[in-house]
Amino acid sequence: MSTELERAVTETVTEEELEALIGDRALARDDHKNAPGFVVRPDDVQDVLLDLREEAGFDHLSCVTAQQYEDRYESIYHLKKYADPTQEVSVVVPTSVDDPVSQTAEPVFRSADWAEREAFDLVGIDYEGHPDPRRILLPETWQGHPLSLDYDQEKPQIVTLTEHANPIQPDHRDEESDTMFLNIGPHHPATHGVLHVKTVLDGETVADVDPDIGYLHRSEEQMCQQGTYRHQIMPYPDRWDYVSAGILNEWAYARTAEDLADLEVPEYAQVIRTMSAELSRIASHMLALGTFALDVYGDFTAIFQYTFRDREIVQDILEDLTGQRLMFNYFRLGGVAWDLPEPREEFFAKVRDFLDDLPAKVAEYNDLVTSNEIFQIRCVDTGILEPEVAKQYGCTGPVARGSGIDYDLRRDDPYGYYPNLEWNVVTEDGCDNYSRVLVRMQEVEESAKIIEQCIDLLEEWPEDERNIQSNVPRTLKPDADTETYRAVEAAKGELGIYIRSDGTDKPGRFKIRSPSFHNLSALEEMTKGEYIPDLVASLGSLDIVLGEVDR
Amino acid sequence: MSNEPRQQIYDSTAPSTDTRESRMGEGVDDRFNSKLREAFGASPFILTKFDNFMNWVRGSSMFMLQFGIACCSIEMIHSYAIKHDLDRFGAGVPRASPRQADVMIVPGTIVSKFGPRMKRVYDQMPEPKFVVGMGSCTISGGPFQQGYNVVKGAEEIIPVDIHVPGCPPRPEALIYGVAKLQERIANGESSPVVVKPYELEEFGDLPRDELVQKLADQIDEDDLVMRYNWADSP
Ligand code: SF4
Repeated sequence: MSTELERAVTETVTEEELEALIGDRALARDDHKNAPGFVVRPDDVQDVLLDLREEAGFDHLSCVTAQQYEDRYESIYHLKKYADPTQEVSVVVPTSVDDPVSQTAEPVFRSADWAEREAFDLVGIDYEGHPDPRRILLPETWQGHPLSLDYDQEKPQIVTLTEHANPIQPDHRDEESDTMFLNIGPHHPATHGVLHVKTVLDGETVADVDPDIGYLHRSEEQMCQQGTYRHQIMPYPDRWDYVSAGILNEWAYARTAEDLADLEVPEYAQVIRTMSAELSRIASHMLALGTFALDVYGDFTAIFQYTFRDREIVQDILEDLTGQRLMFNYFRLGGVAWDLPEPREEFFAKVRDFLDDLPAKVAEYNDLVTSNEIFQIRCVDTGILEPEVAKQYGCTGPVARGSGIDYDLRRDDPYGYYPNLEWNVVTEDGCDNYSRVLVRMQEVEESAKIIEQCIDLLEEWPEDERNIQSNVPRTLKPDADTETYRAVEAAKGELGIYIRSDGTDKPGRFKIRSPSFHNLSALEEMTKGEYIPDLVASLGSLDIVLGEVDR
Repeated sequence: MSNEPRQQIYDSTAPSTDTRESRMGEGVDDRFNSKLREAFGASPFILTKFDNFMNWVRGSSMFMLQFGIACCSIEMIHSYAIKHDLDRFGAGVPRASPRQADVMIVPGTIVSKFGPRMKRVYDQMPEPKFVVGMGSCTISGGPFQQGYNVVKGAEEIIPVDIHVPGCPPRPEALIYGVAKLQERIANGESSPVVVKPYELEEFGDLPRDELVQKLADQIDEDDLVMRYNWADSP
């Protein structure tokens, strides 16, 4: 499946057909820059979404954006197709300010479960019929909804510490059914940060899991809404997925904002962007591999240290390029911050050295990890995630590709310089923990291919055409009420951003669709009925990063 | 601790190396020329105060808590891992349980929901315990200081001995911070326990204001709670 080959052609649904399908359930049109939008009544949501899924093939609820205007609340359902993500449609559901109640989309798309909980938590829209209408990011006892217009952040709040009860206490055991309640986290070495998994065990089998997130909810959306487009927002994406995947996240913002303000990016800058993004991807996948090995067989000494050795090399290269080891802040709207470091030959030689050494290292990892018997016993056929389930939960990235879903935005919704390069989208159809690791390992090799081609191009680039930034006005003020939702393929999957401009130099609403958030929501499906050690392996193979889950 | 050889034994101030040489034979490696070795010299005895000795021991063998919060924890792992190898300084074996740790590196942003947990983890560590705050987030809330949910610095919740600034600090900076902490411990210093705005309290002990009244039917009297107050933080 090289990018050269067209993927199986899916039927394109035209706007007229959509209009006909929705019919008079559409109250009005509210088109966004990326997709046609239809305004529907709050009690038609399930109906319309079901039709769009069944009749028109929109099987991917990519994101749910909630926001408050002066006169109404609004939920936007951004739909796409797994088979062709360039086909998009938005369903806009306004509700009144006094009584913001809207029908839930959860029976149609499972991914709406968490997305709507988040919308309720942060903005305050009630979803009627939602199976689990709790807060998700903020503590249960929080007062008010921070992204609604009348929220007063100066008011004190009270946070409880109840979940910390000892699991051996009698009230953690259910007298009748003989199950035991177990807290994993929020401070636990296998949760990759501050995740809390409430688990109910029946013997050694997992009877129920409920990930409790929000321990790293740093108000990223509010921060981005307070920054100016031109310079103040770019540092924040680095801190969403902080596993060195900063450049991939920056690209998500750059792509959205450039789309919103119609900015051009010079070709030379696109090549640099592509190269640096793939370096980031390698660093991120290396960490995923190292921590996964640490999770499944506690290997702190060999594999973990090896992957960190390789990450150091990548970080050195990126430091030469961007000036920072981790929080790069390298992209600018309309290009990148600066050109390759001088002397260029030295930089190229360094990257080439890394690429030359990589195949041997990958072979070594395969010896150590994927062909290791213990590892295979732990990973093959555990944590099964069927493709249909994965789609229902909105899984993307290596998690989806490990379930055989051939979905990669770099190829399917092309951006940057990817369409001009030779590389493959990796898929595996084992649907288990093992496949997800294999996908990541192979993606490292594919990324190396991409970097190599970029280096070739950059070396040959004529000196007087090295244009790293297009002309961008000092203050950007996109037209009022322009809305767009754009996504890129980040290390963990589809990282999307929705921006509504309100005519000022700051976004009116900034919504982040994070891949880890949706991937994590599938944990329950993967682990119920399996053994508890497999839960740890599944969690590791999802490769979540809490900065991005909680934002 | 006294590093000086005792004058009454030696003529010169130079340490005697006879014993060492006879033990090591020819070609002694440089790394044996430690201050300690020089101090011991020919005499296997050393006189010092027990407290000083304990401080020195504490500083030289620290067990870190394996504790990742946010972006800074990635650089923290890099300091443990190959190349930077914090273990060279006797401080690089992370312990997964707070009960086995004596230093807590706080690597990241603390938000309201995590605050009480961090306090609890800190409380579970045995005395004496030390805290290194890593990154701007643990100093002031860093880039997220204005967030509705963000605690403006670790010091609001637990006492911090060393602040390492940066966003994130480079591993070298963290190592420098740890080395400074060791120095302080060896000198018997640690930061005074300050009065913090955020304490864990039983819900029943809170003053009965409007908010408490409102939550009264949701929270038990003896549940532990923490009051998060954005406006009054520095
Ligand atoms: S100081 Fe910077 S790098 Fe460290 S946790 Fe805070 S935002 Fe992340």
